[in-house]
Amino acid sequence: MSGTFLGIPPFPDAARSAVEDSQLRHNLRKATRTIRGKRTEAVDELGADWMRLRARGKEVKDHTLRHLDHYLEELERSVQRAGGTVHWAADAEEANTIVTRLVQETGESDVVKVKSMATQEIELNQALERAGITAYETDLAELIVQLGEDLPSHILVPAIHLGRSQIREIFLEQMAEWGTPAPADLTDDPRALAEAARVHLRERFLRTRTAVSGANFAVADSGTLVVLESEGNGRMCLTLPRTLISVVGIEKIVPTWSDLEVFMQLLPRSSTGERMNPYTSTWTGVAPGDGPQEFHLVLLDNGRTDVLADTVGRQALRCIRCSACLNTCPVYERTGGHAYGSVYPGPIGAILTPQLRGMSSAADEALPYASSLCGACYEVCPVAIDIPEVLVHLREEVAEGSGHLGEKALMAGAGAVFGSPTALEAAQRAAGLAGGAVPRHLPGLAGQWTDTRDLPGLPKESFRRWWKRDGRSEG
Amino acid sequence: MSSARDRVLGRVRAALADVPAGEDRRWPREGPEERPYADSHGEGPSLDVLVDRLVDYKATVHRVDAERLPAEVAACLERAGATRVVVPEGAPRAWFEGCPATLLTDSPERPRTLADLNGADAVVTGCAVAIAETGTIVLDAGPDQGRRAITLVPDHHVCVVRADQVVDGVPQAVRLLDPARPLTWISGPSATSDIELNRVEGVHGPRLLEVLVVG
Ligand code: SF4
Repeated sequence: MSGTFLGIPPFPDAARSAVEDSQLRHNLRKATRTIRGKRTEAVDELGADWMRLRARGKEVKDHTLRHLDHYLEELERSVQRAGGTVHWAADAEEANTIVTRLVQETGESDVVKVKSMATQEIELNQALERAGITAYETDLAELIVQLGEDLPSHILVPAIHLGRSQIREIFLEQMAEWGTPAPADLTDDPRALAEAARVHLRERFLRTRTAVSGANFAVADSGTLVVLESEGNGRMCLTLPRTLISVVGIEKIVPTWSDLEVFMQLLPRSSTGERMNPYTSTWTGVAPGDGPQEFHLVLLDNGRTDVLADTVGRQALRCIRCSACLNTCPVYERTGGHAYGSVYPGPIGAILTPQLRGMSSAADEALPYASSLCGACYEVCPVAIDIPEVLVHLREEVAEGSGHLGEKALMAGAGAVFGSPTALEAAQRAAGLAGGAVPRHLPGLAGQWTDTRDLPGLPKESFRRWWKRDGRSEG
Repeated sequence: MSSARDRVLGRVRAALADVPAGEDRRWPREGPEERPYADSHGEGPSLDVLVDRLVDYKATVHRVDAERLPAEVAACLERAGATRVVVPEGAPRAWFEGCPATLLTDSPERPRTLADLNGADAVVTGCAVAIAETGTIVLDAGPDQGRRAITLVPDHHVCVVRADQVVDGVPQAVRLLDPARPLTWISGPSATSDIELNRVEGVHGPRLLEVLVVG
């Protein structure tokens, strides 16, 4: 069974062990650099229109959020009109109870799943397991993570921390236990590994009658749900089963069908650096004789209304989960996703997680410090979320509040990893990195702390210049 | 009315206390022709751009005259050794003139079993719209496209695109599409980049996408 993020140590501790893991650092550097390059090309192809689409994306989401009650009710009506059933869940427990009951009503004990952040957030798989229902992840990376009893570390490429030989081992050891085994002569060629996944899941797709998904967008006026994907596992889950249950955060709404023309340009290019992802499925309620004949939409709050209530933090709900901010973040590149202790890693996780969970723990209070405030995340964000602004805002809340962590403990913990050039250089040497390819100093957590207090901090300008040379910013 | 619904909506309204009552809720505020972004990006003649993008995403593309279409359909299937071919009931019979393969017609009223689809070698369909700039073909379950399952389970999808179905940009396509129909947007064959960011074509969807651009 896949793991849980509970019990993951607060960011500075988790980050320290991660930067010491040279395999992880190597994978992350290679992966994030590759995506960054592709993304820049795909974005540049649209020329000046990119910034116009970005402004529009922001405007659409802001407008929706400011009238969210209205659009939620409109979405509900539209989905019902098209033959779907709408459920509301105020928190994770309510959502899990609803989905468990819906699956039980189908009489099935197996469900296939499309990669979905919302269901990870509420730990649906674990809840289903307690009810004797097995949830099979079907996205290749999610499958790897599930078989390896691991945790996702990236929004888009959850197994970014694993290399091909590790994946081969996981397939050889675990596939047989879950279904069709991997061939005994499996190599670590990505083609062979993808083929093994195809064979492993094919029979399950043809046989399973209930599917659980999330959605990238929910269109209020038409009642349409939208899922973008690459592999075809999404199409399998959304098309072949009899019953489809979609768990969707209340912030995923857009007002009208035509708004999709903005996001269908922003999301693929910003996410995978493609002009368009291989497959997008849209469905509106139930289509007689085509696809699932029963459709349930579960609208999930689970802390989102708390984020909405904060007029500065609210903008985090614009996020379309493209993961560009992760791929561009110097802190993420060094620590990986697990250090953030949440399904939402990277810069967006640093502002979303503590707001969703209400800064209820030391780990959540440390998250707003998991950044150098370099601003690269804001520049690449396709819906212009000013992540540094929200980070500073949340830091103020931590400092003012009766927090779980004193400033001193925080500075000491964070500084040990990012503030000390020696610790960082040691980690870099361990990873065999060329000195010229990375900045000698990361403006660390402690460094930024001093910056915001008008004390001499680390040289921000030279860092930014380096960052631009490295192709991280559209600048 | 469920209580969870009331609680969630109540929390949303409380969270939006800063939004002035009566704030303009019209959306969108302008007509389709006045949107503040481009309809397309002027990258060249539509058909050339479409072919270029399809090839870039590893689809196999053939440009054919209308009269040559049946011969080309037969040739595509023959090259792949496809003998059992799924065909939506509403596809023009003319496409398959002289085609030696066994045609398995499918419709929502008379659907093939999943085992039938899994045992088929290929599927031949039309499309609703194609977007040149992104190399995207959109299926809307129209009579010549059929149920979504038939273009998903067989490993080889042959798709006929007429020149008059091609638009330049995404906004133009969105305007032509009816959201009430189930839509599948296809840009190249199924692919994954989940293993060390290496792109591999062909996971669960058809591994071979062959596009016949007519005209
Ligand atoms: S915050 Fe912006 S850049 Fe980051 S994942 Fe969300 S949409 Fe993408």
